[in-house]
Order: sequence, then structure tokens, then C-alpha cells
Amino acid sequence: MKTMPNQIDFGGVLVDAPPPVQLLDTAGNLRADQPPMTDEQAMEGLRALLLGRRFDELCILLQRRGQMVTLAPGIGQEACTVGSAMALRRDRDWFIPQYREAAGQLYHGLPLVQAFLWHMGSPIGFAIPEGVKMMPFNAGVAGHVPHAVGIAWGLKQQKKDGVTIAHFGDGATSQGDFYEAANLAGVVKAPVILFCQNNEWAISTPRSLQSAAPTLAQKAAAFGIPGIQIDGNDLFAVYEVTRRAVERARAGEGPTLIEALTYRLGIHTTADDASRYEPSHLKEDWKDRDPILRLQRHLERRGTWNANIGEAMEAEVKAQLDAAWADAQASPIPNIGESFTKVFAEMTPRLREQQAQAEGHDA
Amino acid sequence: MREVTIVEAVRETLAYEMARDERVMVLGEDVGKTGGVFRATDGLYETFGRDRVFDAPLAESAIIGSAIGLAVSGMIPIAEIQFMGFTHNAMNQIAEHLARMRYRSWGSMPLPVTIRTPYGGGVRAPEMHSDAFEAFFTHCPGLKVVAPATPADTKGLLLSAIRDPDPVMVLEPLRGYRLIKGEMPDGEYTVPIGKAHVAREGADCTIIAWSAQVEVAKRAAEEADKQGVSVEVVDLRTLVPMDMETVCESVAKTGRVVVLQEANKTSGFAAEVIASIHEDDDCFYALKAPMVRVCGPDTPYPVQYFEEEYLVTPDKALRAVLKTVNA
Ligand SMILES: Cc1ncc(C[n+]2csc(CCOP(=O)(O)OP(=O)(O)O)c2C)c(N)n1
Repeated sequence: MKTMPNQIDFGGVLVDAPPPVQLLDTAGNLRADQPPMTDEQAMEGLRALLLGRRFDELCILLQRRGQMVTLAPGIGQEACTVGSAMALRRDRDWFIPQYREAAGQLYHGLPLVQAFLWHMGSPIGFAIPEGVKMMPFNAGVAGHVPHAVGIAWGLKQQKKDGVTIAHFGDGATSQGDFYEAANLAGVVKAPVILFCQNNEWAISTPRSLQSAAPTLAQKAAAFGIPGIQIDGNDLFAVYEVTRRAVERARAGEGPTLIEALTYRLGIHTTADDASRYEPSHLKEDWKDRDPILRLQRHLERRGTWNANIGEAMEAEVKAQLDAAWADAQASPIPNIGESFTKVFAEMTPRLREQQAQAEGHDA
Repeated sequence: MREVTIVEAVRETLAYEMARDERVMVLGEDVGKTGGVFRATDGLYETFGRDRVFDAPLAESAIIGSAIGLAVSGMIPIAEIQFMGFTHNAMNQIAEHLARMRYRSWGSMPLPVTIRTPYGGGVRAPEMHSDAFEAFFTHCPGLKVVAPATPADTKGLLLSAIRDPDPVMVLEPLRGYRLIKGEMPDGEYTVPIGKAHVAREGADCTIIAWSAQVEVAKRAAEEADKQGVSVEVVDLRTLVPMDMETVCESVAKTGRVVVLQEANKTSGFAAEVIASIHEDDDCFYALKAPMVRVCGPDTPYPVQYFEEEYLVTPDKALRAVLKTVNA
């Protein structure tokens, strides 16, 4: 990749584009000599974007029908989570989510049934299966950023091969935990990627009220780490820049802050009413920049994608979702009594007593 | 057995476990070269190196938050918070993440993290350096809380805490760091978490105390003796989970209860102790007099000038004992 005129150096890694780094424009034109991945990988990425999109849409529908709890979909932002997950190795790199990252989590190995169970309010949805390098979703904004840094630091200390990535929003960059964690990451050169999805909103608070800093990426300068702004609706840019940040981390050069510019095409959560604050034209403006459309346009030019292939992919994704949803509904939800066993390795006398009460055989 | 101070007990225990298990590491402010502001980690840096005795940036939330991640990665972190007053800065990480992660992850993500922090006043420290609010932590489901009063228990409980598969908060009596001396067993020695201990036997009244208040209780008991009142002192040692068996045995024997608590009265841990006794039928019907708690007043921890009047003293404890005995 050497065609882009402005090579920019972020911490020794060259990205051949001016920020925000974009490798695919809205029309799907490649802005580099070569795509950063094979067509096969790109199709896999497209399928993951679509799975995430259709999963979120289905869950919103089910929530409206009363079958799911409040949830935060990632509609419009899927390229951020899928693209970055594609730059990881599932068996050793960690994906640490906030709450809006189902698309990337599914790609990184969260079983689809569990994703449904999570949104159904079943505790099984939060149990990380053996071998999956992920923490459960975190409802507290930015609280997981220091965890990601700690895991990365620990891997480095134990000379284990692996990096971590933490996803969070623009609002999260105002939190103390973001600053404290990013600062520590710089000091210990933790192999971590701090991935900010700047979707313009923190519920109803616009990006402009979050910080007077012109970019969020520039906050990296204060931690002595590289920061880079990218087009978060461009799967190729997300993948390529994350991949380079991962390489950097693996080479012992420490953390990278990535600010991905994206937009919340869907809703904040199922409990929010954006019509109270969001100018309606904004969603319209961003619709054309939809990461799925963009990748389809690109792949269509390359002759890899067409409407028929698209339909087949939709059908496959739908079948996969239907099957997993059926499994999720059939999956037994544990009794509240079991929850008392999950507080400590061993129940305390008081928990045992309370468990007996909860199960109806009063102690 | 050797006689050591509490701070020596901490240091030796850390060194012992770090030598035994290379996953164990210490992180905190100034824990490295200077050995901690109380010297609780003195010499560890030289022995175990910078990676395992880490001088962290001055950021409590990052200390606890990264300890969580370190534990997930396979390390066994011991985080030091320089003074309990500054655990507030990490409260989100402690209460919302550390304490809840096993539950949140439905058992899949246990966190063997130990937090050590000196607590309590009486050393004329600046504001915020003397707080003793254990109840903030005992109110966090998923967190164990121990508060040793002697060097031997400090070693035994700290060792148990480090090896515990769950997060444990070890509250160390700041004013006893150098003042309290006692015998400490060498080598392998653990005290089980969740077991109280009768620090002094007596027949007429039970004083329930923990941490620095155990000394206060013992001195009050000696004074009471002179007045013909026999006082039993129960050192809780662990606040969560509380050992109700030992407490109830003592209450059944004496029928009278005084609880000492350095922190201000309202919503403090003494209230939990009293309510727990009240809820236990056998305990409750053994009572011969209303239970009494002796606590700090409901002001913030005072400036140095009022410190002595603020603190629970043997004299205040004695008056409470006599009040229940004469009730
Ligand atoms: C520490 C904290 N404060 C407040 C909230 C309530 N809350 C939930 S989401 C949210 C906005 C977060 O915005 P941002 O970080 O930009 O992420 P986004 O939701 O846009 O993905 C707020 C305020 C919370 N979950 N955590």
C-alpha cells in the first residue's frame, strides 16, 4: 500500500493516507493500490457486518414485542467492531466490549445463542465460554478500559503472545477511567488498542459538548502514545489501521488510540427517543455512508458481489439467526437460587441462608 | 515465633508469597523504590524487580481497574491504596467491577485480587488520611473484607486473601502499623477468612471489635476487671463474611453486647453487627440488656485538634460496658 500521497507516521507505523484514514470512499472506490484484504476476506467481513446488522434489527423487534430487555444496537457502526475484530487472532487476542459491539463480538467468537440470551436478560448470556478471549459487556461507560489495559499489561508481563482491544464511545473519552487507563497503558507500554467509536452522540449529548479538543485522537498526545483518526464506516480502513496497531503492540511498542468516525444510524438504546434531540437530516446524510453499502459497492465493482449473491447471503444470515433464536428460546434459564453460587467461589453462610429463602425452603 | 509489628508482618507476608508464586505482584503508589509510604513493601523492589513491584501512576481507579485486567490475564495482583480515604477514587472499579465480575460473568471470570489499604485515624494525619469507613466495602456484594488487629492475624489473613479466588479487601490498622507488636509464626501460616476469634475471655459482657478497636476493647476490659466486671472481647477479624457462630456463642454466654466502631455512627458496620445479633433467635433471646454501639460522631473525620475526642477510647468503651451491665 503505497499510493496514497500523504504518508502519515503514527508512532513509527506508516499509514498511507491523511487522517481520517479512508481506504474506501462512499462510492466504494478503493483509495489505494490494493485492498488490505483478499476478496474472500472482504466477503467474510461483509457477512459479519450483515449478521451484526440483522441481529440488532431482530433484537429491537423482539424488544418491542416484550421478549427482550433494554439493549444498545450497533447499527451503522458495524465496520468499527467487525473490522477491528478481523485484525485480531481469536485464540489469543482479547476483545473487550462496552455494550454496543455485538457485531464484533460475534465475529470474535461469542456464540450467537449467547448474544440472544444476553438481550433476553438471561445470565447465561454473560458467561464467557472457555477459550473465548472476551469480557462480558459493560454497562458502565469506560469502566472496562482499565481492564483491557490490565489484561494487555499482564500478557506482556507473562510473555504471553496477545494483545487486547477495548471499544468505547466518544462520551467515554470524557471519563476519568479512560484517562487513567490510557495514561497507564502508555507508561507500561501495554499491548492494547483503545478503539473509540465516535458516533457523534452520547445519548443526547453531541460530540461538540463532550470535549473542546478538535479530535479525540489527539488526546493520545497527552499519554505519549500515537492516536489516529479513521473513517469508521470503512471496513478496510478500520481493519488496516487496527492491524498495524496490533503489529505495533505485538512488537513491544505499546498502545494506540484509534478514533473512528462513524454515526449511530440506529438508536441509542431501545429506551431512547432520539426525535427529542437529533436533527432528522443527520441520519439521512449518513445513510449513504452506511458501511455495508460501501463494501457492497466496492465488491460489486470487483465482480465479487451482486444482488443475487446479496440475496443468498441475506437468506443464509436469516436462517442462522432464526436457528439461534429458536435455540435461545429453548435454552433453560437458570433458577435464581443458582445466582447465589456466582457471588463467591463458595457461598457464605448468609448467602446459603438467602438462597434457601429464595428457593422457597425457608431456612 | 518472633515478635514483629503489623507493618513488618505485611512486608514479610508479601515477600513470602511473592517468592512462592511468581504470578503474585504488587502495584500501588510509591510501593517500589521507597517501599511504600509506611514501608509495607520495603525491600520487595530490590528482590522482585520493577515489574512485580510496580510504582503506579497516581491514579487509584487505574490501579484497581488494571489489577482486574491483570487477574484476568493470569496474574495475582495485590493493589495498595496508599490511604483508605483515596479508595473513593477507585470506588467505581471496586464496587461496580471488581466485586461484581464473578457474578456478572456467571462464574466465568473470577478475580483473585487483593486490595490492601491502611485505615483509621489517630496519627494526626492530614484530612482524608484517617478515614475508617469499612461499611462502604462491606456493602458491596462480591467483596470479602478482613480487618486484622494483630501481626499474626495480619499475616494469616493477608496470605488467605492473596490465595483467595475472589477479591478481598485487607484493611490494615494504620495507627497500629508500628505500635502493635506481637508474635508471628514463621513460614506457612494462614488464618481462614470468615473466622472471628475470642481475644479475651469474660463472662458479663461481650465487646465486639475489629482492627484498631480490638486494642481499645482489651484495655477497656482490663479496666472493667478492676471494677469487678468480666468482659469478653470478640475480634471479628473478618467483616465479610461475618462469623456469627463465634459471635453468638459469646452473646449466649454473656447476654450483653457492646460494639466498637471507629467510623461515624450512622449506617456503620456496628449497625450490621447489632442487626445480625437481633435477627438470630438464639442470640436475641440470650440478651439481658439492650445492645450498645460506641462509634465516632457523625461529623467528617475531624482536624487533628479534635482527634482524641473523636476517637473511641477505652474510657468510652468502659462506660458503655458499665451501662449495659447496670441496665
Ligand atoms: C459511567 C456512566 N455514566 C452514565 C451512564 C449512562 N449512559 C449510558 S450510555 C451513555 C452515553 C454513552 O455515550 P458514548 O460513550 O459516546 O457511547 P455510545 O452510547 O454513543 O456508544 C450514558 C450517559 C453509564 N452507563 N455509565
